[in-house]
Amino acid sequence: MDFAVDLAGIVLGGLSAGSVLFVVSVGLSVTMGLMGFVNLAHGAFAMFGGYVIVLAMNSAHIDFAAALAIGFVATAALSVVLERVLYRPLYRAGELDQVLLTIGLIFIFIAGITIVVGPESQPLELPSTLGGQLNLGFMHYRTYSIFLIVIGFLIVFGIWLAFERTRIGAQIRATVDNRRMAESLGINVDRLFAITFAFGSGMAAIGGGLGVEFLGLDPQYALKYLVYFLIAVSVGGLGSVVGVYCASLLLGVLDFALKLYLPKGGTIFIYVFTILLLLWRPQGLFGRRET
Amino acid sequence: MPPRQPHTPLLPPRITHPAAQALARRHRLRWWEVLPWAAAILFYFVVPDYLGFGTELLIAVLFALSLDLALGYAGIVTLGQAAFFGTGAYTVGLLAFHGIWTEPITSLLIGALAAAVVGLLSGLVLLRTGGLTLLMLTICIMELLEQAANMAHDYTGGFDGLASLAIAPVFGVFEFNPLYLNTQFLYSLAVVLVCFLFLRTLVYSPFGQSLTGIRENLLRMHAVGSPVRRRLVICYTISAAIAGVAGGLWAQTNAYVNLSVLSLDRAATVLIVLILGGYGRLYGAFIGAVVYLTLEHFLARIYPTAWQLGLGVLLVLIALFARNGILGLGETLWRRYLQWRASP
Amino acid sequence: MAALPAVACVAVSEIRLETRALCRHFGALVAVNDIDFKLAAGARHALIGPNGAGKTTFINLLTGALPTTRGCVLLSGKDITAKAQAERVKLGIARTFQINQLFRGLSVLENICISVAERVGAAPSMFYPAGKRTDVIEESMYLAEVLKLADVAHHRVSELPYGRQRLVELAIAIGLRPEVLLLDEPAAGVPSVESHIVLDAIEGLPEQIAVLIIEHDMDVVFRFAKRVTVMVSGAVFAEGTPKEIEANPQVRAIYLGQSGHGPHNG
Repeated sequence: MDFAVDLAGIVLGGLSAGSVLFVVSVGLSVTMGLMGFVNLAHGAFAMFGGYVIVLAMNSAHIDFAAALAIGFVATAALSVVLERVLYRPLYRAGELDQVLLTIGLIFIFIAGITIVVGPESQPLELPSTLGGQLNLGFMHYRTYSIFLIVIGFLIVFGIWLAFERTRIGAQIRATVDNRRMAESLGINVDRLFAITFAFGSGMAAIGGGLGVEFLGLDPQYALKYLVYFLIAVSVGGLGSVVGVYCASLLLGVLDFALKLYLPKGGTIFIYVFTILLLLWRPQGLFGRRET
Repeated sequence: MPPRQPHTPLLPPRITHPAAQALARRHRLRWWEVLPWAAAILFYFVVPDYLGFGTELLIAVLFALSLDLALGYAGIVTLGQAAFFGTGAYTVGLLAFHGIWTEPITSLLIGALAAAVVGLLSGLVLLRTGGLTLLMLTICIMELLEQAANMAHDYTGGFDGLASLAIAPVFGVFEFNPLYLNTQFLYSLAVVLVCFLFLRTLVYSPFGQSLTGIRENLLRMHAVGSPVRRRLVICYTISAAIAGVAGGLWAQTNAYVNLSVLSLDRAATVLIVLILGGYGRLYGAFIGAVVYLTLEHFLARIYPTAWQLGLGVLLVLIALFARNGILGLGETLWRRYLQWRASP
Repeated sequence: MAALPAVACVAVSEIRLETRALCRHFGALVAVNDIDFKLAAGARHALIGPNGAGKTTFINLLTGALPTTRGCVLLSGKDITAKAQAERVKLGIARTFQINQLFRGLSVLENICISVAERVGAAPSMFYPAGKRTDVIEESMYLAEVLKLADVAHHRVSELPYGRQRLVELAIAIGLRPEVLLLDEPAAGVPSVESHIVLDAIEGLPEQIAVLIIEHDMDVVFRFAKRVTVMVSGAVFAEGTPKEIEANPQVRAIYLGQSGHGPHNG
């Protein structure tokens, strides 16, 4: 009985961490699947959004939900500008140039936030409704963690629905599938990317804000978790929302368990797993195979 | 090999054509190629207080050279080069710390061998992929090694690393004195020179030319019958070995090794150094290392945040406008100058 | 995909390149449909057909750039269906691409040298300079001269006009001294004032090479080809001498039926 409770604790903890990972990474998966652009700076957008949210709550005393909305809008707006000015010239460029640009952006974000806000870790006070523990029947668990799992599921369901039912969703799916064909059908791929990029960055912001409890928030955030975002996206499969969701949850649980039982170097198994999976299926679990 | 020369004896041999001459002479040493080494010797005599910095610089040059072979010449985009640097460093460090082997030159060779093995195994497996997948896998291999080193903390000292490594004197005579850094500097200079000559030969060889072909047009290389993957794996293995030598040097000259030798930070830094100087040109590694480390030495200590901001802006500008780094800019300006001179 | 019955692959001599029941499916789309094809030594064979007929796909199957769904490819009697692209080149097949595939940042001479170096086996050598292989450089220079590229031999390929780049493409293929040469629209994109250089070069090819050329221009076909195969919708529609094909009413219908494009249009 104890073991079941422990296991449930690990699973729930992992799922909630994975849900945060998903909310941050979903934008990266879709934009990479859409344009093939290696955007290492995606975590920096999540960090930026997180800071907007936290500052809105701590300094302006705005409530959690409204702060999340503000974070979304602010980050999406910033990303639209950056996309136009910096990303767009490099769409056709090689991978190396994209890596350089986005690493440069990471440094600018980190330095910028350190200068404007400061190098300390930012605290986040959760609204009281989300604090405390929830009675799940067979055990009690942190309400916030359950909240994160539910939110993550609602978001993936919502995005999936949007992809399947809306016209723009169909356009995105078509372009991920075959960009040239989509262009010849008259789909404005550049505009589509701008919209998706904005939405994805906004989502990253929300993930950044939601995850402050778990991942903390300091200027190094953009670099600290970069590898995890990339793993979630590659393992899930570029362009697949369901893929990045499953991969994120899996990663969350694995990481949680490994950090608990093998605190020194246990995360090695995450890398082993990623390597083996990408060798077996380079396109990821749900990705499309390049013919 | 009997050369097949289908030219008629009435015409002058084709090898005298200027284009052919240019190719036949490409590998000849030019006068300015002696400058970096002359500068190093000068450095030794003029600023003996900075020999520690000078040694650091030499090791950075060697590390960047190793990346240039893989990235600049073969086009393998990797953020995991520190995997090999770290393998070399830890090999040397473990051998020295546990008293197994302290002779410096052979330790470097063992370190290079270990790194080459890691490079060969990972190359065989990774170079089947490309693009983001390859990039991801290079990072994962490196992180994997870092976690392995962390896990084996009983042997590797974990996060704190191994300190006070005992390194035997070079040739039994020249001691590695932590205060009197002459031996470190000259030893590193000699090692870097040897490795550089090796790399230079490789780059100007037919093998090196085929690597350039692979970088320029992969499809075409397949279509001229080139065994592309074999070439890439060999190139990656050699690149790993050189990076291993650089790592071993780092461990020996610092008498210290810790997890930072395997970090993403180190891999990203060497990439920046190479890009800054200009990749695919061998000498870009020299320029990049000198510029980056000098700026870092003077700016990063005093204004770390401003340094990071400036570096970020620089990278963005390079990615957008100057992807071939300082050497590339130099070449463009030189060409413009020649055109301006040629016009009436 | 359900297992398709195997096709027996037995050697026949004198024929340089042969395909038997060659098929290529992309899912439900049949791009190449059951093609039996023979190319003899010394052949000058043209492959024509409307756009989308599968001609380039056929070339890709011959060179190994695409794996076959069914059927076999034989080179001088040997079954090479399972062999990779690079291997087939070593066995004597070379091709040019419809759109130039060159080493744009390198000089013309370097482009040709890479090809020649691969052929003579110099390429894997690591410990002496490429400049010492004067045999490679001389032969590359010779090829450059033949294709009237000697004056730009040291220029970067990206600096050349497209027509001359096409010649470099041809030089690279010829440098491989192939037994079978597959040319995918060699004059495509070349301004008509320059196209005679390409065509002269093709005409000047050694007699024993088997040449297959995809073309749209019937003037070129008439000048150059001894046999013509017409491909429509992935299958062989007609085959014969150029005169026979031109007189064939069904072939005319195919071409004239395609939005009024006659045989003398591109």
